[in-house]
Amino acid sequence: MSYLDHAATTPMRPEAVEAFVAAAAEVGNPSSLHAAGRCARRKVEESRELIAAVLGARPSEVIFTGGGTESDNLAVKGVYWARRAADPARRRVVAGAVEHHAVLDSVKWLGEHEGATVVWLPVDGYGRIEVDALRAELAEHADEVALVSAMWANNEVGTVQPVAEIAALAHEHGIPYHSDAVQAIGQVPVDFAQSGAAALTVTGHKIGGPVGVGTLLLGRDVPATPLLHGGGQERDVRSGTLDVPGIVAFAAALEASVKAQPEHAARMVTLRDDLVDRVLAAVPEAILNGHPEHRLPGNAHFSFPGCEGDALLMLLDAAGVACSTGSACSAGVAQPSHVLLAMCADEDRARSSLRFSLGHTSTADDVDELIAALPGAVERARRASVKKPQAR
Amino acid sequence: MSGGVDSAVAAARAVDAGHEVTGVHLALARNPQTYRTGARGCCTLEDARDARRAADVIGIPFYVWDLAERFHEDVVDDFVAEYAAGRTPNPCLRCNEKIKFAAVLDRALALGFDAVVTGHHARLDDAGRLRRSVDAAKDQSYVLAVLTPYQLGHSIFPLGGSTKAAVRAEAAARGLAVADKPDSHDICFIADGDTRGWLRERLGTAPGDIVDAGSGDVLGRHDGAYAFTVGQRKGLHIDRPAPDGRPRYVLSITPVSNTVTVGPAEELEVSTVYGDRPLWNEPASTPVRAEIQLRAHGEPVPATVSLSGDRLVAALETPVRGVAAGQAMVAYRPDPAGDIVLGSATIASATRLPAAA
Repeated sequence: MSYLDHAATTPMRPEAVEAFVAAAAEVGNPSSLHAAGRCARRKVEESRELIAAVLGARPSEVIFTGGGTESDNLAVKGVYWARRAADPARRRVVAGAVEHHAVLDSVKWLGEHEGATVVWLPVDGYGRIEVDALRAELAEHADEVALVSAMWANNEVGTVQPVAEIAALAHEHGIPYHSDAVQAIGQVPVDFAQSGAAALTVTGHKIGGPVGVGTLLLGRDVPATPLLHGGGQERDVRSGTLDVPGIVAFAAALEASVKAQPEHAARMVTLRDDLVDRVLAAVPEAILNGHPEHRLPGNAHFSFPGCEGDALLMLLDAAGVACSTGSACSAGVAQPSHVLLAMCADEDRARSSLRFSLGHTSTADDVDELIAALPGAVERARRASVKKPQAR
Repeated sequence: MSGGVDSAVAAARAVDAGHEVTGVHLALARNPQTYRTGARGCCTLEDARDARRAADVIGIPFYVWDLAERFHEDVVDDFVAEYAAGRTPNPCLRCNEKIKFAAVLDRALALGFDAVVTGHHARLDDAGRLRRSVDAAKDQSYVLAVLTPYQLGHSIFPLGGSTKAAVRAEAAARGLAVADKPDSHDICFIADGDTRGWLRERLGTAPGDIVDAGSGDVLGRHDGAYAFTVGQRKGLHIDRPAPDGRPRYVLSITPVSNTVTVGPAEELEVSTVYGDRPLWNEPASTPVRAEIQLRAHGEPVPATVSLSGDRLVAALETPVRGVAAGQAMVAYRPDPAGDIVLGSATIASATRLPAAA
C-alpha cells in the first residue's frame, strides 16, 4: 500500500506510542492533591515545558485542548468574545479565505449568530493571502477589529502564508493574530515568540502523536473567553480533566518532529519534487496547484482536467494508493474545494483535484506505486465523466 | 447501498460469490436534509451512515456518488410533469430506468466495473431473462421491467431466490445492524409522505370542475387535477350524492380542460390497455397469451398481448378497474421457476371496448 495522505493523519512515532502506553498504565488526575495526582501533574507540566521549549513559547502559554478544531474554535470565538466584551465596537473578524473549516466555519458562525462583521482576506492564484488587503482593512477599521486569523500553511494546496507580514501588520495595530499551524509544525520552522502571533493552533496527530490532543499557544496577555466551563483547568480557559497519556505522547512526538524538521523537510522536498515531476510526465495535462516555492515540503496537489477527483480517489484506492480530494464532505458528497475556488479556479478544476501528502514514513516506493496506478486511473476517470446518458 | 437491509445483503452475497465489490450510496437530494428524515427512507444522512456501516461490516470499500442533479432532472421533474399531464407516474421505476441502471451503470462501466448489483427482489435466469422473486409479496420485477437486455446484462440481483424474511434473518446472522430496519414504502423525495401537498407546492392551485360521466353535470370543484388518480374514491368532496346512492370514483383526468370526471365503479372497468414506449424482450412474436400487471403489486390478469409498431396492446380476458395512465404495463409468462417478464410499456390509455383488430 502507498499511503499518501499524511496531511490527514500520519502514523504515530514509536516514542509517542511508548510514552502513551507507559502513562496510560498509571492512575492519577493531575488536579488531585495526593501522590498519584502529583505524579500525573508532574508529567503534564514536564510535557508543557517541553512543548513550550520546542515551539518557542512560555509554559504558561500552552493550553492543552482536544486538538486542532477545538484550538481553532477557542482562538476565534474565545478571543472575539473577550475583545467584544472589552469594547463593543470590536466586531470585525478578519480571516483568510482559504482557512481550514475549523476556522472558516467558526468565523461564519460568529457572523451569523454573534453579530460579527466578517472580512475574508483574498488569496492570489497560488493560495497566498494578499497582505495588501489586510493592510487596507486595518488602515480603515483597526479600531473595530477583534482579531485576525490566518493559517500558517494551507492544508489542501500546501501554500505557506506570509505569516511574518501578517503578524507585523496586526501587531502594528495592537490586534491579536491567530494562526492555525496544524500543517506547518515539523514541516517548516515555527517559533511562537518570533512569529508575533498571539495564538497558535497545534495538534498531535499530524506530527506523529495521538489523535484527540493538541494545544492552543495563547499569549499571556491575550484575553479569551472559555468555550468549556468546569473545573477551571488550563488558566480557566479550558476546563476538563487533563489527558495525561495523550499529553505526554503529544510532547514526545512534537519534540521528535521539530528536532528532525530540517532533515525531514529536505528529504520530503526531494521525494515530493520527484513525485511532481513524474505525475506531470505521466499525465501531461495535470496542473500543479499551490505555490512553487512557498510550499509545505510534503505537499503535492494537482488538478486532473476532465476527471472527477472522487472517481480518481476511488480508483487509486482500489489500486492501493491512499490520497485525498482535500475537500469537505457532507454525507460523503464532495463539494468543490473553497480553497481552489478562492484561488480563482473554476468549479471543474476544483472538482478534479487530488492531494498527495508525504510524511515521515514515506519512501520512494510509495511514489513508484502512485505513478504505476495513476495513468490508468486518469484514463478511466476521464471516460466516466464524459459518459453521456444512454438513450433508449 | 441505500442503507436498507436488502442492498446490504445483496452486497454481502456478491462478495461471497467471488466478485470484487465496491459499495456505492447514491446522494439524490440536492440538500440531504430536505428529504425524508427518520429511518425508513433511502436518502437521509442516517441512511448514508447505515450503508457505510454495512459496507464496513461486509469489508468492502464504500463511496457516495452524487447524482442529485440527474435524479432531479430525470425523476423528480418527470414526476411533476407526469402529474401535470394527468398521468400517475411510478418514480421508483423511473429511477431504475434512468439512474440506477443508466447513470450509475454507465459511470460504473467507465470506471472499470462489470455490473451493478442491487437488492431488488427479482431474478435473472441464465438466459438473462427477468423473472419474479420467490417472494411474491416483495417481488420487484414490475419496477425493473423497463430495463433493456443491455441493462439487464450488466445487472446482478442476488436476492431473487430468497424471501424477505430470509434476507432479514441472513442480515442478522451476518451482524448487519440494518437487519430490523423498516422497509421504505413511500416516495423518497417527498419527506412527509403528503404527495398532494408536495405537488401543490410545485404546480400551484388550478381550480377546475368535477364532472359526472353520465350526465355531464358539474358535481363540484377541485383545486388541481393533479391531485387525483384514476380509481380514486376518497377526497372528492362531492356534496350531492349519486341518484342511486352509490359511491363515485375518478374515471379520468383531462388536463386540457382541467376536468376530473367521476362515475360509478363499473365505469372504471377496462378491457383493453394501450401502452407506448414498449420494450419487448422476447423473441417470441405477438400476439401472445400472457399475464399482465398494471400497477405495482397489482394482481396480474390474463390477456392477449400484441406489439404493433410503437404500441403494446393488451386485450384483457376479464375487465379490471382503475387503470391509470403513466403506470407501467408488464407482461409475464407464468413459469414455475419464476414468471418471466416478456415486455413492458407505459400505459397511455385504456378503454372498455375490446381491442380493435
